[in-house]
Amino acid sequence: MGNKQTTFTAQQLDAYQDCTYFTRKEILRLFYRYRDLAPQLVPLDYTNHPDVTLPYELIGSMPELKDNPFRQRIAEVFSEDGQGNMTLDDFLDMFSVLSEMAPRDLKAYYAFKIYDFNNDDFICKSDLEKTLNKLTRNELTEDEVRMVCEKVIDEADLDNDGRLSLEDFQHMIVQAPEFLSTFHIRI
Amino acid sequence: MARNVNFDPHLMEAGMESPVDEEDVHHSFNQIIAENSQSVAPSEAFELQQLQWELTEEVEDSVHPLPGQGHEPREEQQDQRDFGWGGDETDPLIANKWSSATLRILSSMPSRTIGRNRGAIISQYYNRTMQLRRRRQSRPSIKDLSRSARPSIRGYGNEEDTTDAEARKREHLVNNLQNLSVSDRVRMLREMPLSVAEKSNLRGLALQKERQTQASGQMHCCSQLKYYTIIAARQGWYSWLSFLHSLQLWQVPLKRVSGRFGTGVLSYFVFIKTLLLFNVFLFLVTGAFLVLPQALFPPDPSADKRSFYGLELLTGAGYFTDSVMYYGYYANYTLQKSCRVDGGHHNTSLTNGTMRGCISNHHHYNMPLAYFFTIGVAFFITCIILVYSMSKSFGRSFRIDKSHSVLAMKVLCSWDFKVVKETSVKIMSENICTQLKELLAEVSHKDDTKTAGQKLWRLMVHALAWAICIGSTTASVVSIFYFSDNMHRNLKERFHEDPLLKEASMLALPVLVSFINLLLPGLFNLSAWMEDYESPSVRTYVSISRNLMLKVSILGVLCYHWLGRVAADSGLTCWESYVGQELYRFLIMEFIFTLLDTLFGELLWRLFSERVLRRRRRPVFDIARNVLELIYGQTLAWLGVLFTPLLPAVQILKLLLLFYIKKSSVMMNCQAPRKPYRVSQMTTIFITLLCFPSFVGASVCVTYTMWSIKPSSSCGPFRELKTMFQAGKRWVEKLEEGNQNLSVLANAYSYLVEHPFFLFLGAGIFLIVIYFHSQVVDGQRKIISLLQEQIENEGEDKKFLISRLQSIHEQRRGPNRRQRRQDSSC
Repeated sequence: MGNKQTTFTAQQLDAYQDCTYFTRKEILRLFYRYRDLAPQLVPLDYTNHPDVTLPYELIGSMPELKDNPFRQRIAEVFSEDGQGNMTLDDFLDMFSVLSEMAPRDLKAYYAFKIYDFNNDDFICKSDLEKTLNKLTRNELTEDEVRMVCEKVIDEADLDNDGRLSLEDFQHMIVQAPEFLSTFHIRI
Repeated sequence: MARNVNFDPHLMEAGMESPVDEEDVHHSFNQIIAENSQSVAPSEAFELQQLQWELTEEVEDSVHPLPGQGHEPREEQQDQRDFGWGGDETDPLIANKWSSATLRILSSMPSRTIGRNRGAIISQYYNRTMQLRRRRQSRPSIKDLSRSARPSIRGYGNEEDTTDAEARKREHLVNNLQNLSVSDRVRMLREMPLSVAEKSNLRGLALQKERQTQASGQMHCCSQLKYYTIIAARQGWYSWLSFLHSLQLWQVPLKRVSGRFGTGVLSYFVFIKTLLLFNVFLFLVTGAFLVLPQALFPPDPSADKRSFYGLELLTGAGYFTDSVMYYGYYANYTLQKSCRVDGGHHNTSLTNGTMRGCISNHHHYNMPLAYFFTIGVAFFITCIILVYSMSKSFGRSFRIDKSHSVLAMKVLCSWDFKVVKETSVKIMSENICTQLKELLAEVSHKDDTKTAGQKLWRLMVHALAWAICIGSTTASVVSIFYFSDNMHRNLKERFHEDPLLKEASMLALPVLVSFINLLLPGLFNLSAWMEDYESPSVRTYVSISRNLMLKVSILGVLCYHWLGRVAADSGLTCWESYVGQELYRFLIMEFIFTLLDTLFGELLWRLFSERVLRRRRRPVFDIARNVLELIYGQTLAWLGVLFTPLLPAVQILKLLLLFYIKKSSVMMNCQAPRKPYRVSQMTTIFITLLCFPSFVGASVCVTYTMWSIKPSSSCGPFRELKTMFQAGKRWVEKLEEGNQNLSVLANAYSYLVEHPFFLFLGAGIFLIVIYFHSQVVDGQRKIISLLQEQIENEGEDKKFLISRLQSIHEQRRGPNRRQRRQDSSC
């Protein structure tokens, strides 16, 4: 518990602690995980806010994300440039939202953005089709995919506009208590 | 698909947008429209739509069809279809095209931009912080309670989403943040769906403002003090959390298990961790207040000091009988240290409450009182912790509505992000695929009714299965009853036998009980397999209830045996120590049989099925059964704390070993579960089972023992008393003698605790409170259905307004266009 680290100033650590769901030790541990992805790119000293971005390929090769079918979408949603290249802030943000202590609404917001493949603030049929194909590794037939998407929109669309808005999604999440425990990555 | 327009370049561009970029709203809208127009079923409206596209190509306004699904509007709202293309069955929204003015309005509607527009997020959180501030200070006025993204007409001013408005909102938000308390501010900051960089920015601004107000002396000195204490408390809390995390109890094994098997199997290991924490707490309390003082002041050693044989580890008797482990060792006097009378020696003096000479006033320790209160307080605190975790878990998993969006939940909420291993991910994909197919089949074949004969057959099968289960449970309970009776009688008679053999024979009852606990759940599984339930959750509940019934009846008959028979007349000098030893034996035997079960059930089964049967299917880890075993073991531990203060330590060792053994076994031998497993619900059920039959049963037994059973007269801290409870009463009486003012307290105490009227009153009030809360939940359910209707109506309103707006716009443009067409055709 000593303050011997020189990576961050005390104010930086306090700011991270207040803005994410991590404690000091966890933030440092995450920093070292981030650095391990590319030790030559990431400096050990972050006190002067260096502008370092790790490319998506490195992020996607982390053991926690390597086999996740949604890893690209996750990286895109949390990255500043929208392409999956993440700074340390984005990295911390991503694991903070995916941690155990993040509340349901926050997780629902980001899950919605992850499943919204075309970034139009709605989960439309094509988004659902892509989600299904990623979930089942293209094992379902086209007919089945179509039927499932129709039924999903039937069930979850409350204001009858043919696609799921954020409110529809949040309403459905309220009915699925499993979401809190499954939308969680241990790091 | 009739038309397969390739809009890939647009898609690529749209994917590259940063979520914060507002100007690209129109482009992405264009692209959605293009996508959705692909999926619309070809119909008359579609042809007309194409015609319009061609006709209006030369018009300078860019025109786009509004995306909409083929969703049938309600039959009651016929009037809204008048704005469609006359006599069309499909939704008017599909067939229409919208001008760019309409589109601009549509795309800047708050409900469409809440997901991406940073300004919208900031204004939403401004509202929330405003609410929070008002709530902390006084009652909020109703007109300020506008929290939804859809503004009502009243609140809809002329707010354009310019950057000025955003900067203003930001200013307000920072202001609000600064005025909140520290914990509220941190909570708000963490919950905001903005990036960490922006959140630190907002936080920095808020802190800056706070420092400014502090520096300018505007803050009152008391609130400054409060501010500093809160900051110090927060730092302390964070350091404590850091320390807890740095202990990292089992973090790596848990991560490996969850990476391979998912959240379901993980919940078993997390449950072990929870139980471990409970036992550590119990151990610390009993260790500090009972074991340590008594160990420092040991009583006179008894006559027959037996040597250590090794059998003691199993039976708990023999060498351990007269040790600090059991009730019988504990003194019934006040432990004291005498002052130096003879050359600096500290002698322990045994007094019966009378003072001798110059005995110092510190180093008093009233053992009976300490024993009584320690056990009472430990149980009370455990009860509070259990009820708190049960209510938290219940709150997380409770669903007011009966869910009808099963398929949507399966598609969007069922991917377990914790699973990391490649093969497990593949298995999970296959599982989800299978479950989706099953759900689809279920949904499309809902009207699959059975004939009366089939129903009768199923009923008979169910009845048979239940008859088997209940019959086997009753048979085992009766056999335990008679066997224990036999043992009890033998205990009184067999004094001449070899003491080692006698000790070993005491293991017979625990072995029998553990054996029954091992076999009967297998029988229940067989009958469940015979019954062939359709829904896996029903099967799980039935299996849990059967196992629970078995364990509750076994524990019931055992408690009767110990508290009814052994306590009453056993010819033993110290029945409490004997009961403590029995519980120790039961705990050890249960552990040994669990090990055997792991060995045979998992390892050998896997070897057998791989080598002999040549199948690749490994055994599945039965989470429910294993958790019930843990709960059973914990009940024994709680029952035994009164008689064996060191039993929590034994339980801790047992849980530690169990964790590692089960973990290695699962990793080596088992495969990921194939059936869907509802983790939150199951965890809530298990915590409730831990609280309700397990802890409540144990505390009822302990309370009964303390209240009505006569303690043995030659051992233990309650030797001369009628009941253990009297230790407390005596102390209160002594206090009363010393100080008359406390008589009121003593009278109140005796009234409250001993007269049943107050207990009934308390229970009645409790029941009334529960009733009111259930009524509130019912009312909320009704409100939810009303709100759902309201949302649907709002959706219809929106469609109506959009089409009306468009038709007015068309009317205004209509004459101009007609004229232009006439000009061009001439």
